[in-house]
Parts: sequence; structure tokens; C-alpha cells
Amino acid sequence: MKILTVENLSKSFGGIHANRDICFDVEEGSILGVIGPNGAGKSTLFDLITGFTKPDTGKVKFFDKNIFGISPDKISNLGVGRTFQKLKPFADQTLLENVMIGAFVKEKDIKRARDRALEIIDFVDLIEKRHHFAKELSTGQRKRLEMARAMAIDPKLLLMDEVTGGVDQKTIPGLVELVKKLKKTGVTIITIEHNINIIMEISDNVLALDQGKRIAFGEPKEIQNNKQVIDAYLGTFDAA
Amino acid sequence: MTSEIIIQAIVTGLMMGLIYALIAAGLSLIFGLMEIVNFAHGEHLMLSMFSSFWLWSLFGLDPLFSIPITILLLAFCGIVTHYFLIRYILKAKMLIQICATFGLSIFIRSIAQLLWTPDFRNVDKPLLEGRIEIGSVFIGQPQLYASLVCLVAFFGLYWFVTKTETGLALQATAQDRHAAEILGIPSNKMFAIGWAIGLGCVGVAGGMMANYFFIFTDVGINFALFAFVAVALGGFGSIIGCLYAGIIIGLVESLGGLLIDPSFKLLYVFAIYLLVVIYKPQGLFGRY
Repeated sequence: MKILTVENLSKSFGGIHANRDICFDVEEGSILGVIGPNGAGKSTLFDLITGFTKPDTGKVKFFDKNIFGISPDKISNLGVGRTFQKLKPFADQTLLENVMIGAFVKEKDIKRARDRALEIIDFVDLIEKRHHFAKELSTGQRKRLEMARAMAIDPKLLLMDEVTGGVDQKTIPGLVELVKKLKKTGVTIITIEHNINIIMEISDNVLALDQGKRIAFGEPKEIQNNKQVIDAYLGTFDAA
Repeated sequence: MTSEIIIQAIVTGLMMGLIYALIAAGLSLIFGLMEIVNFAHGEHLMLSMFSSFWLWSLFGLDPLFSIPITILLLAFCGIVTHYFLIRYILKAKMLIQICATFGLSIFIRSIAQLLWTPDFRNVDKPLLEGRIEIGSVFIGQPQLYASLVCLVAFFGLYWFVTKTETGLALQATAQDRHAAEILGIPSNKMFAIGWAIGLGCVGVAGGMMANYFFIFTDVGINFALFAFVAVALGGFGSIIGCLYAGIIIGLVESLGGLLIDPSFKLLYVFAIYLLVVIYKPQGLFGRY
């Protein structure tokens, strides 16, 4: 079943076409990787889907509901979670409070919201840090915090913007494993990623963008061999 | 000068300080949430005092009992202010935001003068009257109860903001509006709640002060100035900072007036403000 259908989605900022006639769909329970060089329109696409930016034209359907132009909080309440490329933890609050704020979407009782938040914090392997302020956490831990917070709303679809961006090499495998673990819970994931090897490893499908346009969409192997993609962005792959 | 007089000044300063703290907390909450300074805060305080006065004058309701009505009226006023003015200037430049709330202050004061004239009024024979004597220190009952009610309201506000679902959502919105929105928190509603609570605080303070203060259309000006100093001293956006700052201001005003010269009371308070701006611009507990 298709969880997300995007049809002819376009957005311009003045004369700059950030997204042009973007079309794709996502199967429930799968991972879609989004790739493209800087300025390709990947984060704008996330902003359009999650309601932070109003599209000029097009259609965005979450299951059968048209969510085109709906506000972010309403889209979130439907079951769409998101993490940000530039991390946005609530720095002056503890990790537990950060996740509890998300848990309140589904659970109004404070004790139950707290229990749910603790479960999720345990899932992302940060239980020992639960009483630390977000500003005290490392970048890798903040990435986990954002994932935990997004999971707390019990999303059906989770959009993750550069999970492994800005972290050291040692931290990356743990984050990739966490994404795989997340997929096993049944949540559908769309992830923007610059590390091509990771995208090829975790994705069921890949969407490639360049200058705001879709240049390829398909299984990782197809994308890997797509000439347009190689020209625009990929260059050569590691043998792995 | 005897120690009794100094203790008397300290007690008076503490009592005034708690009132300043609650007024400042309302201001700080609004600023912390959307980074807009409510320059009409003093006028909102004036409205709350007039609300108590008219409820007493027209319906014979003592200010002590009209407090809930005053709080609700001010909270409603906050929601109206947000939906009819503030939400249109949220993304505007700071100068426009300043002009908007400053314009609102002039608008409210002018309307009040038109409706009620600049005459001084007071509530005659309120339930809270007289004074109590502890040793050689005299404490006015209206002032004592006003400060205690403000202290209770202050801790109620602090509990609400730090321990409840809505309070955590307010904090989240204050820290990052977009991150809060993606967690299903409607920022516009949070801003309206922030204004309602911020002006509700003023409703408590103004309602209690109506027991013993003269009520006139310019009554809020000095209180608002002190609230700005308290917010700067405590730290913009910090509610607990307002408590410490309000008490410091109350004590400096009272002790400065006693020990140096009462005619320069305002000067001492603003000297503190200048020192804060120069040496610790983020205030005692500030985030900005």
C-alpha cells in the first residue's frame, strides 16, 4: 500500500526553482533514500511534505488524504514525523522532557507519556543520558534524540534529514543500525543522505534530484547505474 | 537609624518585590515565547486594576473576590491581543513589533482616559484593611496579602510551565517553533496561551493592588518600567529569574529610599538596569 504519493510538486523562490514537477510514491514499510548534490532541493522537498513551506502546485497524499498546504502540526498529528538537517533539540530541556513533548501527542497522561518516552529513549540507546540537558549531548547523541523525539509521536512515516551528517566516522555505523532497527518497527522512512554507500545499503528505493528536478527513481542498483545520476552527482562507487 | 526601621524597609521591599516579580513573569513569558516585548504591559496592569475597581463600584464585589473575573478578563484580553495584533507582526522587523505594542499602549491609555477620565480612584473600605504589628514592624494587610497571593501565583505559574503538558509545549515552542510544530504543537495556539497567561499574571497583581493603590490611567507606567528592569536583570525568557530580580528591585527601591534619598528611588533601580546591561546583558538566568 502506498503511504505517500507526491504528484507534480513544485516550489519556486523568486526565479529559483527549488522543486519542479516532482513525482514519486513510497510503499508502506519501506525506506526511500533521497540523494542529490547540494542545492538539489532535497530539504525543500521535506519542507513541502511536512508543511513548513507551502507548495506552488502539485499534490501530496498521505495514504488517501491530501495534505497539500496543511500546517506542520496537523500533518504531524496525522502521523508524519521529521528530523532536521540542522539539529533542533530543545536545548534547555532534558532528553526525557524532549521526548515526552513528542509523546504527549498520543498520550495526555503525564505518567504514561513519561513511560512511553523512557521506552523510546531505551530504544535509541540513550537511557543513561535521560536526565541530561539536550545541550550537554554530543552531535551523535542529539541525532538519536531527534529520532527518539520523532518516534514519540508514533509516526507512520518518518522523514530524516541527513542522519549521519556532521558526525564522526565511529558514530555512523551505530546510527545506520538504528535506522534499520527503526524500519523493523514498521515505520516507513524517507531519508536524505549524502553518504551514497549508506543509501545503497539501507534503501528499498532511491529518488535522485538535481537542480530541483527528479532525474531518477528506482531500486538502488538501477540508480547506481543511471548515467544522469552519475553525471549529476555520484561519480564512482566504492566496490562495497 | 535603628535596625527596626531597616527591617521595616526590607519587609516593605520584599512585599513590593513579589508584586514586581509576578508582573515581570508575565512579560518574560511572552518575550520568551515569541521574542516580542509587550510595551503595553503597564496598560494591561491598569486595565486589571480598573476591572477590580468597576466590579467593586458597579456590583459591590470586593477586589478579593473579583480576582478570578479579573484574571479571566485579562486572559481574554491577551488572546484578543494575540489574534488581532500580534500574529500579524510575528515575522515583522523588530522596529515594527516595538511600534505595534508601543502603539497598543498609547491606544489603551487614551481609550481609558476617554472613558474614565484621568481622575484618581480607589476602592473604599475593602475587606483587606488595616495592618498587623510584629514586634516593632508594621505590615499593611492589603500589601501582605497581595504579595503572598503574587508569590503563590508565581509558583503556580512556574509549576504550570515546568510540569504540565501545556507548559512543556510552551517551553518547546519558545525554544524552537519549527521543532515544536513537527511534534504536533500548534505554535499559534501556544502564542495565544502565552499571552493569556502573561496577562493573567498581570490580572492577579493588578487585582490585588486595587485593594490599596490609587487607580488611574497612568498607574501602570512605573510598574511596567520596573517589570522591564526585572526581566533584564533576571534574564529575558527566564521566569525564575524574575522572582530574584523582582525581589532585588523591591529591596533596592525600599532600602535606597531609606538609606540615601527617597526622591531618587527610581534612580537606584535604573542604575541596576544600566549595570546589568553593561556587565551581564543576558541577565542572571537569561538565554538571550
